[in-house]
Amino acid sequence: MSDIKKIKDEFILKLRENLDLNQINEIKSDLFGKNGLISSQFKKLGSLAEKERKFFAADLNTIKDDLQNLIIKKIQEIEIEEINQKLQKEKIDITLPERPFEQGKIHPVSQVIDEISSIFSEIGFSVEEGPDIENEYNNFTALNTPDNHPARDMHDTFYLDNKKELLLRTHTSPVQIRTMLKEKPPFKIIAPGRTYRSDSDQTHAPMFHQVEGLHIDKNINMGHLKGCLSYFIKEFFEVNKIKMRFRPSHFPFTEPSAEVDIGYEIKDGKIIIGEGDKWLEILGCGMVHPNVLKNVKIDQKKYQGYAFGIGIDRLAMLKYGINDLRAFFDCDYRWLNHFGFDPLDVPTNYRGLSR
Amino acid sequence: MKITTNWLKDHLDTKFNENQIIDKLTDIGLEVENVEAQSSNLDDFLIAKIIKTEKHPDADRLKVCDVDIGKKEPVKVVCGAPNAKEGMLTIYAPPGAVIPKNQMKLAISKIRGVTSYGMLCSESELNLSDESDGITELSNKKYNTKIGKTYFSKSTLKVIDISITPNRADCLGVNGIARDLAAAGCGKLKEIKKEKLIQKIKQKISIKITKEKEQGCNIFGTCLITGVKNIESPKWLKEKIISLGQKPISAIVDITNYVMFDLNRPLHVYDADKIDKGIVVRNSRKGEKFKALDNKEYTLENDMCVISDSSGVLGLGGIIGGTKSGTELETKNVLIEAAYFNPRSIRKTSKVLNIDTDAKFRFERGIDPLSIEQGLQKAAELIKKICGGEVSKFDIQKIENIKKKIVKFEISSFRKITGFNIEQKKIIKILLDLGFKIKKEKKILTLEIPSWRPDIEQEIDIVEELVRIHGYDKIKIIEPEKIRKKSTLNNKQRLFHFLQRSMASKGFLEAITWSFTDSKINQLFLKNNKQVNIVNPISSDLNVLRSSIFSNLIIYLSKNLDRGFKDISLFEIGPVFLGSQPGQQETVVCGLRAGKVSRLNWLENDRLVDVFDVKRDVVRSLVEAGFNQNKLYIDNKTPSYYHPGKSGRLFLNKSTDQVVAYFGEIHPNILKKIDIKTESLAGFEIFLDNIKQNKKTLNDQKAQYKYSDYQKSERDFAFVIDKNFQVQKLIETIYKVDQDLIRAVKVFDVYEGDKILDGKKSIALNVTIQSSEKTLKDEDLDRINQLIISTVEDKTGAKIRS
Repeated sequence: MSDIKKIKDEFILKLRENLDLNQINEIKSDLFGKNGLISSQFKKLGSLAEKERKFFAADLNTIKDDLQNLIIKKIQEIEIEEINQKLQKEKIDITLPERPFEQGKIHPVSQVIDEISSIFSEIGFSVEEGPDIENEYNNFTALNTPDNHPARDMHDTFYLDNKKELLLRTHTSPVQIRTMLKEKPPFKIIAPGRTYRSDSDQTHAPMFHQVEGLHIDKNINMGHLKGCLSYFIKEFFEVNKIKMRFRPSHFPFTEPSAEVDIGYEIKDGKIIIGEGDKWLEILGCGMVHPNVLKNVKIDQKKYQGYAFGIGIDRLAMLKYGINDLRAFFDCDYRWLNHFGFDPLDVPTNYRGLSR
Repeated sequence: MKITTNWLKDHLDTKFNENQIIDKLTDIGLEVENVEAQSSNLDDFLIAKIIKTEKHPDADRLKVCDVDIGKKEPVKVVCGAPNAKEGMLTIYAPPGAVIPKNQMKLAISKIRGVTSYGMLCSESELNLSDESDGITELSNKKYNTKIGKTYFSKSTLKVIDISITPNRADCLGVNGIARDLAAAGCGKLKEIKKEKLIQKIKQKISIKITKEKEQGCNIFGTCLITGVKNIESPKWLKEKIISLGQKPISAIVDITNYVMFDLNRPLHVYDADKIDKGIVVRNSRKGEKFKALDNKEYTLENDMCVISDSSGVLGLGGIIGGTKSGTELETKNVLIEAAYFNPRSIRKTSKVLNIDTDAKFRFERGIDPLSIEQGLQKAAELIKKICGGEVSKFDIQKIENIKKKIVKFEISSFRKITGFNIEQKKIIKILLDLGFKIKKEKKILTLEIPSWRPDIEQEIDIVEELVRIHGYDKIKIIEPEKIRKKSTLNNKQRLFHFLQRSMASKGFLEAITWSFTDSKINQLFLKNNKQVNIVNPISSDLNVLRSSIFSNLIIYLSKNLDRGFKDISLFEIGPVFLGSQPGQQETVVCGLRAGKVSRLNWLENDRLVDVFDVKRDVVRSLVEAGFNQNKLYIDNKTPSYYHPGKSGRLFLNKSTDQVVAYFGEIHPNILKKIDIKTESLAGFEIFLDNIKQNKKTLNDQKAQYKYSDYQKSERDFAFVIDKNFQVQKLIETIYKVDQDLIRAVKVFDVYEGDKILDGKKSIALNVTIQSSEKTLKDEDLDRINQLIISTVEDKTGAKIRS
């Protein structure tokens, strides 16, 4: 009995000393190795009388456990200490730059097209497209703008042939014609895309972007038009209230026609949308002209509706504070980086339009 | 169209103030674009009296004048005008005033040692006339009591600029605008007063309109006034002409302009003595020439409507007069013309000859054919009053009668279009105020359209008139329903959207460049397509539609290199054009990478951008878009603008013939031709229209989820193979050895060099082998190893490297 107690006391003392891993392993082997002090005590068990053996075994096991735990604890302490010492040497300057990442960007016009699509998607519009090259009929005549119409002067047209039959579309409205000729009513579409006019100065680019809207169904009236566009404008500018006005205007392919202005003011050289006493025209719209419906063979007694055309570049400029239209198409790396959007910033209905 | 409220009040009895009128104009579709507050500048010009003049001590021609400007003390003004004399009434401009003619701002200045406080003005300096010989002399009788007051009447000089839409010809006259305002409740339209004219003599110049096809004129009215004295216009008339932004010329010219802007009734005045015999209104013959009032000589085509006399063309009807028969200050006898010209004919002629005048602008929009007499009357009244003379009877030639236009209007159609109702009483009042004649039968109005409204032809035009005048603000908003019956994007649009974002997520900046480009650069990327020319390009370096996005992208890449950027990744998604017909276009995603990867990086070594960068961009984007990478098939047949040895074309699978993409390094010759200085340039084109969509049924979306927990093994192989043999084929061969067991094949080394034979390369591969049924034993693995080696050697001629 006292034998094992002696061993215990002796080794507890030993283990209190400052030991390294090797020394501990030595101790471990002294105790629990094949002929270790504790191991040999177990061998004794067989020779003891049953009664005595019971007590002895219990004591021995307790001492064994205690010593073992002590050793494990000691090893862990040393290991942690070693890691800590190693870490001391591994310290680096964490302010050094990270590994390179190439940040790509989405062009603001593309972003705004996605925003527009997202808003109109919510109220049931789907996206249509049409070709950039159009014939004279779809671009003008079918849209109630015959050859001798003065409104044609407002469209400086790029032509692809001398007979002036093929041209680059001057607006997205021919998509209306194509859609209505192709399918049967009702129609509820938007058509964003490139449009072209042959003038070029500070505020005009020979190519720009429009989005066309067309909603034809039974009993669609100017109230729906007004509702649709006020919804759009509020959603687009992400405000609850916005000063806007519908003002009579004229387009050959809609009647009655309207232009929509939004209020703005200039504060510290920056344009503030939705307030103020100045008006800014942002889109044209109206009820689709009966002559247009006739041209695409839609029964006017049954169907009527509205159409609108919005300048996308202009909207992008207003919403994101871009001053110069020409810069959209200059591909300046600095500009694209500054005004571009992270590709993960996808406009959605549920998360919100913009960050 | 420029108006002043003062002029407006000639036609409108209104209590509305200027701002209310401006708001109303815009509300009814006559959009006010600008209000020029000229008054603030012109208020400075005062009526003044020269009290004393002295010779300038140091200059013979200058005088030093004491000028009474209504203040206690007179001011000293140095003046060079020969007509400046004591007691004279004139117009004084104080320091700070801006001279209308040259927009110069006056300052107190020393002129040859004498300080001058302001200036005495000539009529020319005030844009009142061309008179510049001396300072303005005002009538003593009229102005003696007004010394110190402003010379220009205030209210005339606030100019409201209205943008008149092309349908509203009638509002190109002040009278028409007043009518609209009156209908909108903004006052009462005044009747145009007709003064009694004594018309004893006959209009003795013969007038004939020929009856021929395409005759552009069907009514031609004239009035002869003999013994006139063409003088300067009176002040009221000058002010009206100035308010239009024009310069007064002579009474007769100013009167015709005035009538045109007042009543929207263009007139022309001939010097009657310069007309050779009579006037014939006829079609021109090709080659006829005439000199117009703009001092240009025009050569005419066939069938243009001309006013001619026995010796030739006097003018282009409704567009511009000629110098030959023009009036001058000496003119004694004048013939006034008021006619109706066909808008189509006007438009055609003016377009061919490229002439734009105020008259043309009005006639092409449609002038009131019934305003001829009214125009002659008004002009004759004014000429008689200002220039004297004897007025003839009116001579009106017609080859066609004007038909009345009738439109039936169902009252219910208003609500159908606008979504709200207005009272019948109100409807009728608006239409009456606008000049319609109304017959009412139950719910239908039969309307006689006013002759000045060529734009009104059908029921919808009536609805527009009503809602416009009643106010768009009365239209009730109907909130849109949030119902979607059709998906927003179709498959192709979805792919477009996806690839756009996918490319940007790989570090590319999205660019948008013109659809047109420089033919010289476009030719380099033409492939077998036809170049599509623009007939009227905006500049010679944007003269064709692009056949590839590369042409523009490379130009702009080069500009960015010039800005000092070295490592550039740009892409664009958009159309390229294959022909000049609608639809001959396809959508392409095109990207360029230039320079290096990891330039100046402390962690990684830099390297040049290469073909495998852009191959990754293309392949990853397609994989992200849902295509199976293992099925992609690549060969090396690419267009000539790619590096012939470092480029590839990609198919979605081996059996299709639609090229989905090209990628590769750009041919060095191209860089040379365009003169681009970059260390390296690689690009790609993905053809959206050639991408066949996966069918999106629920079953197609993902393969069944299967996985194996049995142990997997990896084995390395190195094969020595013909240099030209494609690794793509080697990998395919290995997969085919056992499609169940071989899970992955990775290329981890490619070696060419002196350790192996010339013309050969060594490919090192790592193959992952795993069963989904059991743990493979050593003998299974050995068997499959052997099979891989023998199959590869058999099928490809490769040798395992020992």
